[in-house]
Amino acid sequence: MKCEMCHINEANVHLTQVVGGEVRKLHLCEKCAKESGVDIQDPMAIADLFLGLGQTPSETGPGEVTGCPRCHLGRSDFKKTGRLGCPECYVHFRAELAPLLKAMHHGDRHVGKRPCGAAVAERQLESLDDLRRRLDEAVASENFELAAKLRDEIRALSGERPPASP
Amino acid sequence: MNIREILEHPHVWLAEGAEASVAISSRIRLARNLSDAAFPGWAGEEERVRVWEHLRSVLSRLPAMEGAVFAGNDELTEMDRFLLFERHLISREHAGRGRGSGIVLRPDESVVIMVNEEDHLRMQALSAGLRLSDAWQAIDTVDSQLDAKVSYAFSPRWGYLTACPSNVGTGLRASVMLHLPGLALMEEIGPLVKGVSKIGLTVRGLWGEGTDAHGHMFQISNQVTLGEREEDIIRNLEQIVSEIIGHEQNARGRLWRDRRAVLLDHVGRAAGILANAHILSSREALDLLSVLRLGMDMGILSGVSRSDVQKLMLVSQPAHLQWHEGRPLESFERDQARAALVRGVLATVLGAVKRGRRKKK
Ligand SMILES: [Zn+2]
Ligand SMILES: [Zn+2]
Repeated sequence: MKCEMCHINEANVHLTQVVGGEVRKLHLCEKCAKESGVDIQDPMAIADLFLGLGQTPSETGPGEVTGCPRCHLGRSDFKKTGRLGCPECYVHFRAELAPLLKAMHHGDRHVGKRPCGAAVAERQLESLDDLRRRLDEAVASENFELAAKLRDEIRALSGERPPASP
Repeated sequence: MNIREILEHPHVWLAEGAEASVAISSRIRLARNLSDAAFPGWAGEEERVRVWEHLRSVLSRLPAMEGAVFAGNDELTEMDRFLLFERHLISREHAGRGRGSGIVLRPDESVVIMVNEEDHLRMQALSAGLRLSDAWQAIDTVDSQLDAKVSYAFSPRWGYLTACPSNVGTGLRASVMLHLPGLALMEEIGPLVKGVSKIGLTVRGLWGEGTDAHGHMFQISNQVTLGEREEDIIRNLEQIVSEIIGHEQNARGRLWRDRRAVLLDHVGRAAGILANAHILSSREALDLLSVLRLGMDMGILSGVSRSDVQKLMLVSQPAHLQWHEGRPLESFERDQARAALVRGVLATVLGAVKRGRRKKK
C-alpha cells in the first residue's frame, strides 16, 4: 500500500482518524507521518484525531458555541491540550468520543473493576437510562437480537421480573 | 519520617525480585478522579487546593496507607521533587508542579500516590523484579479502601473517567522495567519494538528517546485501558515480558557463543573507562554501567554487585549528584563529579583493574 500523502513510499504507519463521527483509516509512510507531527502516544495527536486532521475551521464551528455545561471546556480547548475538563465532558462530547475510544482501545465498553462506593445507586440509574436508550435504538433499527439482550440486562439491573409466558 | 529520610534508602530500585538479571521492577498505576471536581489541568488553583486537602485527609485515615508520608508539592524543595522523579516515584510533570498538588508515599516505596497530576489521583504500586500481580493486589486494596470514602468519576459504559481519553476504562497502566543489553548489542531492539507494538503494548527507553535508550533500560507497558479486565491486561503483559526475558537470555547466550571476543572487549573497556575516567557524561556513564551489569550477570566480571551498578546509575543523575555533593553543579562540574563518584566505587571493587595496576609497578 502506498502512502496517502506522498503516494511514493510504502505506507507503514496506520492511523485512525475521526471525522464527523466517522472512523477512517489513514495510511502514511514514516517520513510523512513524522513531518505532519503525528505521534500516537502524544495527547496532541489524539486531539487532532478527535477533531479530524484535515478539517477546515468552519466545520468545527458549532462545537465552539456549546462547551461542556459544567466546566465550559470547548472543543478548541480540548484540541489545544488533548485533555478533557471534567467528568461531565464525557457526557457532553459523547458523540465524538465514542468512535475515538472505540478506535483507541479494544472495544468500547468497560468490563473491569467497578466502584461500590456511595454513589452506586445513582450510577445504576444512569446505566439503566443508557440501556433503555440503546434498547429504543435497537428496536428502531430492527436489531431484535440485541434488543432481547438489552431487555434482559435491564431486567437484571432493575430487578423486574420477566413477563409470564402466555 | 519525612520524604528526605525515605530518599536515603532507595528500596525498590536496589531490591532484587524474580528474574532480577533482566527485570528491574514492576509497576501498576491506577488513574482515578473525583466525580465532583474539574480535572487538575482545567481546574483553578483554589479547586486543586481543595481537592488535595480533601484527599490528604481521607488518605491519611486509610488502613492501607498507614505510616505514609504526606507532602504538598509546595512543602518540598525543587530538589526533593526531582530526586523523587529520578527515583521513578513521580513523573517529571508532577515534579514541576507547585501548590495544589501533592505526594503520598509509603516509607518502603511500595505505594506512591500523586495527587493532582494529570488526574486527581495517580496511584502506583511498585515491586522489585517481575511481580505484577503483587503490585496489582497492593494497589487494588488501596483503591477499594478509597472507593468507600470518596465518589469516583465513573461511567457504566466507559469505566473510570480520566482527563486523557487514552486512560479511560480501567485507568490501569502496568509496566515492567527491563535491562536488555543482549538484545541491544545484537541489534534486535528495533524488531522487538515493532513486534510488541503490534499487540497493543508500548516499549520506551527509560532514559533517552525511543529505541535509543541510554543504559539499555526499557519500560514495557499496556496501551489499551478500555474493553479488557484488569487481570487480563496484567496477565497478557506478564506473559509477553516473560517471552522478552527469554529472548534477552537467548541473545546473551548467542553473544557468548558467536561474539565472545567482542563481548569481553566491551565489558573490559567499560570497566576500564569507568574505573579511570575523570569526565563522564550521563549518557556515557549509563551505557558503560549497563555493559558492566551485563558482564557481572554473565559471570565475566566479579567483585562488583548488581546493587553497586544500580546505585551508580541512580546517583549518576543530575539531582542525585547535586544532593550527594551538597551543592548545585553546572553540567561540566556534574560530569567530573559523576566520574569521581564512579571511580570511588569501582576502584575498590574491580579486581581485574586493580591487578592491572599492580603489574605496572
Ligand atoms: Zn509519504
Ligand atoms: Zn466538562
